[in-house]
Amino acid sequence: MSLRVEKVSKDFSTQHKSTHALEEVELQVEKGEFVCLLGPSGCGKSTLLNIIAGLDRATEGEVHLNGREITGPGPDRVVMFQESALFPWLRVIDNVEFGMKLAGIPKVERRKKALEYLKMVRLTQFKNSFIHELSGGMKQRVALARALALDSEILLMDEPFAALDSQTKRILQNELQRIWAETHKTIIFVTHSVEEAVLLGDRIVVMAANPGRVKAEFRLDLQRPRNLEDAQLRAIIAEIMKDLKEEVEKVAQEEYDLDWSTGKDHVLSAGDPTVGVRL
Amino acid sequence: MILLWEFVYKLGVDVFKIWKVYIFPSPIAVFQTLWQMIKDNTLGIAILASMRRIIVGYSISLLLGVIIGFILVKFKYLNRNLRPLILGLQTLPSICWLPFAILWFGINESSILFVIIVGSTFAIAIATESGIKNINPIYIRAARTMGAKGFNIYLSVIIPASLPSFISGMKQGWSFAWRALMAGEMLSATKGLGQVLMVGRDMADISQVMAVMVVIIILGLAVDKLVFGRLEISVREKWGLERAA
Repeated sequence: MSLRVEKVSKDFSTQHKSTHALEEVELQVEKGEFVCLLGPSGCGKSTLLNIIAGLDRATEGEVHLNGREITGPGPDRVVMFQESALFPWLRVIDNVEFGMKLAGIPKVERRKKALEYLKMVRLTQFKNSFIHELSGGMKQRVALARALALDSEILLMDEPFAALDSQTKRILQNELQRIWAETHKTIIFVTHSVEEAVLLGDRIVVMAANPGRVKAEFRLDLQRPRNLEDAQLRAIIAEIMKDLKEEVEKVAQEEYDLDWSTGKDHVLSAGDPTVGVRL
Repeated sequence: MILLWEFVYKLGVDVFKIWKVYIFPSPIAVFQTLWQMIKDNTLGIAILASMRRIIVGYSISLLLGVIIGFILVKFKYLNRNLRPLILGLQTLPSICWLPFAILWFGINESSILFVIIVGSTFAIAIATESGIKNINPIYIRAARTMGAKGFNIYLSVIIPASLPSFISGMKQGWSFAWRALMAGEMLSATKGLGQVLMVGRDMADISQVMAVMVVIIILGLAVDKLVFGRLEISVREKWGLERAA
């Protein structure tokens, strides 16, 4: 399996202005790879993911999966969203079965499979709960089980942990590492957090903003499970940060008033190592 | 409250003689009349006739309302042009349609049915349309990436997702239909609760008028609470909308 993004450009136009969201983005993802798309908000990484998912059309360029052009959404490219997008009218287990039901898998078989994936995200005891009874982290785990249950070629994740509190986020990142090690799914993971990207990705694609394009790529051959305290990991984070900071500033420059810059803003740039001392 | 009512009656009618007996009903007389009407089956026949009309009329408006709602969603051009008209028609009290209906159908069942249908269809249509339009688009996006296409999206996402607002529309439609039915029966029926009410007026029997009013209130409430109330609660519980209340 391979996914090829070929010279994809995307323009959005509203009545007032037109935005050049992506410019000739090239990307290739091989089977079993865990690729993180990293970039500041507004760099078009979610747009790129939506184009791969088939939810958006590229203005120019093509996306091919196994040599076939992508023209619309399909169960071979399941998306996991930032909001869980679980269906509140279904119970947890029926949510997990949703895609399999559409695919026409018989009831007994899909129930068995759904339970298997609920077990993988460790939520079997909540299989008959309604969605509103779950916490944010549990919802994302159900959403992950629902996406995995379809056994798609590729799993697209659009900042799935961004809305969670930091402790829950940490746990889910570890869970995802474990699940990825078990299933070896091909995953494209969109995030704006460098830590998250280096924790999860085999390859990190840093995107530049205005227009969105690929700025740099990093390959990580680190052992798993990874740990943020690891010195090697910190070195990589610092390295990626250099590339990313420019982009963050570029986006910020557009959103702030003209006299603003990170150099002047001490809150962002001045680091005082004596601030946090353990007593 | 009933005691207070009886007390006011005694005071006004028996002691001070401000009111005539046919102007202010006594609760005892009302219940006597009610019992009388139950015994000689006037009430039974009337209720049966009214219920039959409203079930037929309401079912038709449910069907029409849903179809119109879907059409409004599907065809944006029609929506832009028809929605103001439908909203306008909804503000027109349904009884205003009765003269029109009588001219079309004559004084018979069809004209009452017609009034019921125009009275409630538009409320249901608007609720269907806004229910579908207000679905969080992420549900549809998620379903599409999981392989839902065309008609399946309607079946598995759009219909269940719009259910809460659709049920409130059904409920509103029901109360409009109930009012239209009573108005229609009072003016042009030979059977039914509204007609019994009018007979009471014609015979200056205020107890009968009051008794039928009580029955209408009880029936309306019963359907509202037992049928729609239960439906609404079960859906709202599922969605987790009930916790705040």
